[in-house]
Amino acid sequence: MDAATTRRRRLRGAAWAHAVLAIGVLIFFLPIWITLVGSTHDTATIGRGDVPLLPGGEAIANYTAAWNAGGGRYRSAPAGLMLGNSLLMAVLIAGGKIAISLISAYAVVFFRFPGRMLAFWTIFLTLMLPVEVRIIPTFQVMVDLSLVNTMAGLTIPLIASATATLLFRQFFLTIPDEYVEAAKIDGAGPLRFFRDVVLPLSVTNIAALFVILFIYGWNQYLWPLLIVNDRGLETIVVGLAKMIGSGDTQNEWNVIMATAVLALVPPVFVVVAMQRWFVKGLTETEK
Amino acid sequence: MATLTLTGVKKAFGATQVLHGVDLAVADGEMVVIVGASGCGKSTLLRIVAGLETPSEGQVRIDGRDVTPLEPADRDIAMVFQNYALYPHMTVFDNMAYGLKIRGLPKPEIRRRVEEGAALLGIQELLARKPRQLSGGQRQRVAMGRAIVREPKLFLFDEPLSNLDAKLRVQMRAEIRRLQKRLGVTSLFVTHDQVEAMTLGDRLVVMHQGHAVQVASPMEIWSRPANTYVAGFIGSPAMNFLPAVLVDGGGAARLAGGGAPIRFVDGPRAGGEGRAVTLGIRPEHLEVGGPDALPVVVDLVEPLGSESVLHGRLADDTALVARLPGAAALTEGMRLAIAPEALHVFDAATGARIDPAGG
Amino acid sequence: MIKRVIFKGQLLPLLLLAPQLAVTAVFFLWPAGQAIYQSLLQEDPFGLRREFVGTENFDAVLNDPLWLNALGNTAVFSVSVAALALGVALLLAVQADKAIRGANLYKTMLIWPYAVAPAVAAVLWLFLFHPSIGLIGRALNAAGVAWDYKLNGGQAMLLVIVASAWKQVSYNFIFFLAGLQSIPRSVLEAAAIDGARPFRRFWTVVFPLLSPTSFFLLVVNLVYAFFDTFGVIHALTGGGPGNATETLIYKVYVDGVQNLNLGASAAQSVILMVLVVGLTMVQFRFVERRVHY
Repeated sequence: MDAATTRRRRLRGAAWAHAVLAIGVLIFFLPIWITLVGSTHDTATIGRGDVPLLPGGEAIANYTAAWNAGGGRYRSAPAGLMLGNSLLMAVLIAGGKIAISLISAYAVVFFRFPGRMLAFWTIFLTLMLPVEVRIIPTFQVMVDLSLVNTMAGLTIPLIASATATLLFRQFFLTIPDEYVEAAKIDGAGPLRFFRDVVLPLSVTNIAALFVILFIYGWNQYLWPLLIVNDRGLETIVVGLAKMIGSGDTQNEWNVIMATAVLALVPPVFVVVAMQRWFVKGLTETEK
Repeated sequence: MATLTLTGVKKAFGATQVLHGVDLAVADGEMVVIVGASGCGKSTLLRIVAGLETPSEGQVRIDGRDVTPLEPADRDIAMVFQNYALYPHMTVFDNMAYGLKIRGLPKPEIRRRVEEGAALLGIQELLARKPRQLSGGQRQRVAMGRAIVREPKLFLFDEPLSNLDAKLRVQMRAEIRRLQKRLGVTSLFVTHDQVEAMTLGDRLVVMHQGHAVQVASPMEIWSRPANTYVAGFIGSPAMNFLPAVLVDGGGAARLAGGGAPIRFVDGPRAGGEGRAVTLGIRPEHLEVGGPDALPVVVDLVEPLGSESVLHGRLADDTALVARLPGAAALTEGMRLAIAPEALHVFDAATGARIDPAGG
Repeated sequence: MIKRVIFKGQLLPLLLLAPQLAVTAVFFLWPAGQAIYQSLLQEDPFGLRREFVGTENFDAVLNDPLWLNALGNTAVFSVSVAALALGVALLLAVQADKAIRGANLYKTMLIWPYAVAPAVAAVLWLFLFHPSIGLIGRALNAAGVAWDYKLNGGQAMLLVIVASAWKQVSYNFIFFLAGLQSIPRSVLEAAAIDGARPFRRFWTVVFPLLSPTSFFLLVVNLVYAFFDTFGVIHALTGGGPGNATETLIYKVYVDGVQNLNLGASAAQSVILMVLVVGLTMVQFRFVERRVHY
């Protein structure tokens, strides 16, 4: 086999790889493309079933309608409001999870106290109890605490996080003992050490985790579906699904498609913009 | 400026007794080096002085005040760590200033102290950098600086030079000693390196298995080691040990390998005829030839330029190392003589030094 | 592994743990305990009477043809989603690993669906497969295939599988690519010198080295298909047509929230709990092994 053949074979291999990847990327983009295009046409065009492949001229009208008024046969809340709710919910869940996991992990790693392992395993147990397996009793607790239809109810029950606690614990264990000793000699107490040393050292981990948890919060479905029926608190993911109804042909599909685009832009933007943190967060949390 | 006194300091981790009651008095401005092999308890002792460990028994006094129950921060000490323990996210300035900030010193005072300290160590240009942008030697200086700006009563050094390469280590060693003398701060320095210990300390504490086996000046320890452990630990190459018995009423010793008795020039040892002893002779106190010289089979010569180190065996197979000036050749039938005035005598069973009776 | 150097104090760490423990106790442990308790009770829909019935609820659930149907659906659905998502991701990752130039670009282009909510993914695929307004749905009908996922259970299942797998490919892709990129070039070169052709090289060298990653991903994908796809099914098919896409999770929701059959819902919850505990244990046993690897 001479050099030219090897070269040709290698080129053919690369071309093949690029072709497969291009097709993959196209399939990935197809639903998005159709949705984007659909969101720029009027109701009748889509309702007729003439699926357009190129953008139309109704973009501004559709997005304005979605943003300000909502739509669909089930009149959704305005997308602007729902986006605001989703954003607040996602930030509160991500922030809350990070905050309480940081301090829990700090307590478990940097102190010895009775019940330490019990506390650790209790937190670990939450991994095994997703909302889905305790729907009804959890809902009852929410009713008893008057948390139904509140932002607090939407977020607080979701901020326990075994994954984040485990991640921070793992990271804290790698902080050299000498830092703690140096801090003791410098006269820093545990809270000061947390603020001045541990927190600054955790910034990368916090950023990575924030991306993952923001997506987690934004994409919540069952929980808001259960405890929110006040349209003022509707989140965009649930609102969008409700707009579809049972999928009848007659619907304001253009507005729904515009809402779908609005629903996926923020989390997609976070992932793409913070790709490095995202990949790190993903691979670290699964260790 | 302060004195440090340890009385009966013991430490056990679970069932393991790490320190068996250490007593030590460090004078004001003195630099005492704690030296020993790894696991001898030297680091634990230092950490007890720092307050990072609590002793099981005994007391630590700084300037006469019992600090045993106090937190490290309340002892007015500063410590230089083996890996420097510089906070990686803070600049050099912030690292040096951190302890002062926590103590609530006014900002201008902090700035003054840090700048003075930096000038003393020649690291003024590095103040804005982060630790990862520094070389090993520079980090070492910053770690020193962090201790200096605190103006503590006591400096504690936990093997601060062991992460440096050999050349830098020699340089920093001298620098630390100069600085310590200039500042006159009472210091405790832990190392496993006997050369470091000899060059740095006003006095040495040789630790072995949780005991302080000898506390004395470097020269005293070198010339009058308290037992075979100290004798073998201090000095390089290590002292030769030759089994022997006392003869001539304790006035001389006969080597187990035979040969003429070696007469003690400083007086007879107690115990009389037949007492089993270990004779110690440093490699540099062996010389070629002489009337009572011992036959040695040399199997290795290490030329070091100004001197040569010979490895060989006596007739009874006891290993012997000699340090001779200049170049030495591997020659058949070489004979080495012991300089009697440099002879050390130890008890064969306990290893304790035996001095001339009544002397 | 524990730290040698620690701070003193007992109260402070408990205070630091308090928020997390409180949330865990109130919203996790107590409801889970309630679920177990309720699974042993029979209550009328108005909550007026309740009586202890032992394992009756469990017997009822395990003999309920609808529950068994949901169990079968779940098995088909989970295995298909995992197989599809893993297969496509592996194919793409292998190609991206080969195309060294642009691997990162492809990564960016392929990872974003991870961010799309399952329910939104369902809506996007509905736009494609809707029988009268969807591009592919209409094309299929025009080609003579009677496509309507709202009437045909098999088609409905296919659609929820595709929509669910689509989203998960991103995740698998990231891990497969990382796994492939961590295989030392020298190993591949050695195989090449040994004369193994690319295809053979993949199956005899690359794939075995990827197997820890693959097994880990398999567990993660099954967990995903079990629990995180509720939104896809709820938004797209509502479990229909005729319970054809009703999974175990979906049935718990329907029985508890819509039919208010608390005893049955609780019994199903408890069965699911046992399942999650099992899956989590498998996952962690494996993680442990991976650590020592």
